[in-house]
Amino acid sequence: MLEIGLGHYLTVAAILFTLGIFGIFLNRKNVIIILMSIELMLLAVNINLVAFSTHLQDLVGQIFAMFVLTVAAAEAAIGLAILVVYFRNRGSIEVEDINMMKG
Amino acid sequence: MSELNLTAALPEIFLAVAGMLLLMLGVFRGNGGTRLVLWLTVGSFAVAFLMVAGMMGRNELAMGGLFVADAFGDFMKLLALLGSATALIMSIRFIEREDMARFEYPVLILFATLGMMLMISANDMLSLYVGLELQSLSLYVVAAFRRDHLRSSEAGLKYFVLGALSSGMLLYGMSMIYGFAGTTSFDGLAALTAAKVAAGEAPAIGLIVGIVFLSAGLAFKISAVPFHMWTPDVYEGAPTPVTAFFATAPKIAAMALIIRVMIEPFGDMLAQWQQIIWFISLASMVLGALAAIYQTNIKRLMAYSSIGHIGYALVGLAAGTEEGVQGILIYLTIYIFMNLGTFACILCMRQKDVMVENIEDLKGLSKTNPLMAFALAAFMFSMAGIPPLAGFFGKLYVFLAAIEAGLYFLAVFGVLASVVGAFYYLRIVKLMYFDEPAESFDRPIGREMSLILTGTTVVILLLFLVLGPLHDGTALAAASLFEG
Repeated sequence: MLEIGLGHYLTVAAILFTLGIFGIFLNRKNVIIILMSIELMLLAVNINLVAFSTHLQDLVGQIFAMFVLTVAAAEAAIGLAILVVYFRNRGSIEVEDINMMKG
Repeated sequence: MSELNLTAALPEIFLAVAGMLLLMLGVFRGNGGTRLVLWLTVGSFAVAFLMVAGMMGRNELAMGGLFVADAFGDFMKLLALLGSATALIMSIRFIEREDMARFEYPVLILFATLGMMLMISANDMLSLYVGLELQSLSLYVVAAFRRDHLRSSEAGLKYFVLGALSSGMLLYGMSMIYGFAGTTSFDGLAALTAAKVAAGEAPAIGLIVGIVFLSAGLAFKISAVPFHMWTPDVYEGAPTPVTAFFATAPKIAAMALIIRVMIEPFGDMLAQWQQIIWFISLASMVLGALAAIYQTNIKRLMAYSSIGHIGYALVGLAAGTEEGVQGILIYLTIYIFMNLGTFACILCMRQKDVMVENIEDLKGLSKTNPLMAFALAAFMFSMAGIPPLAGFFGKLYVFLAAIEAGLYFLAVFGVLASVVGAFYYLRIVKLMYFDEPAESFDRPIGREMSLILTGTTVVILLLFLVLGPLHDGTALAAASLFEG
């Protein structure tokens, strides 16, 4: 029987975090996917924090995760609001269309 | 450690309460009360400024060690409050003319400033994160504040996506630091790294990975190369008074944050992080100097200019010494005045009631508006670092600190980059003084604008007279950071 230890949690979190970063940079379709990728990165951090917290027998990590969750919710709300404003002006939320300013 | 000690955070508490009261006032008065709310916000900044100035020289912990109030933090808070208040005063006419006079605008700036003060005073990863997010979330909204303009909303969207990415990196770094050090408190981390160094052990590799992620996240916030790509777009797209605000107060706060994080908890790991700061400083100076040459939009030019300035300021941090930090403080003090003055000029660039933003529009300004041309020329000479204007002394102090710390290459390269950078600053002076006049700008520019322009010009021209007190004040502030 495989013992699931700290290393496994850290690996999962690292994979999710990397997926989140790649999701932001490689995705050419839709801004909503970028918002999901950001959420994925923050949740990967939460896995890290909670795994370390139980490993260290220290509560700070779990409290930190609570704060991250709260702020992530606020961030998603603001992100969606800005996206709605953008859509009203541009009529599209494709990543390739966000190109008014360059250089 | 477990003491609440609320009096140490009195200016922050005052601003938080004032923000909520002003929000209520705004709701009851509607958008007709924007001017009132705006002036009351400026008044709150003034009161907070006086409170911080009155408490100068303290060194105490609050909120169970999450919050530290020291001379370094107080100095940075004064700069941030000054920048926010001036940027707000500059925006009055603009928001009324351009139909964005909604009462949320000053209140959002107030909450952003509150976030800055919290992050300047952070003494724990947790309070650092919460302060930083309070600032960033408010800034995303003000960047997209002209919601019927495509450029503004695109700037807000870009700023949000890249800002959220940087927050993610910052948090990942924090989680690694927490896991491998077992604490998030700056004091705890400082004790831990000091003990490691004293025992002659190398720091855990996980901790170094954490510091790398953390510094990448912070480099985003100060827009240092290679994490600068959002800056030109956001500066160009955001409404001009918002750009003026972005270029001053948030930069000061983020620099304060990166200085505190590097020096306080990780001061004993200088060898590990020095290379990172060395590289981003060098790259920012070079990119700031070269990329600005081809710009035609003055707001975009100011974005590259601010990237360059952050590079020069980081030279002091790369030195990692008390003199280096003192140099940064002097540099940032001068930087904020130069930028506020330049943006006051940019806000006056209006032809027939339409804002213009091209550098070409400044042609022959010396003939149509000699006073403004003189002021802008003073700012440009100062940014290029020509003595006896203020900008020269900022560069002098950081480069001296770098040479004392043995960073000869960085100092020499910095001087070379500032020579290249002088090209585009002097080009603006040439356009204003030696080219045939284009259409003149609208007059009058307004009383508060003339006042800000006069004030910043006087500071830039005559700063060398008060260099002694500035030197002593920043020395005290820098010393408070190093005594631990």
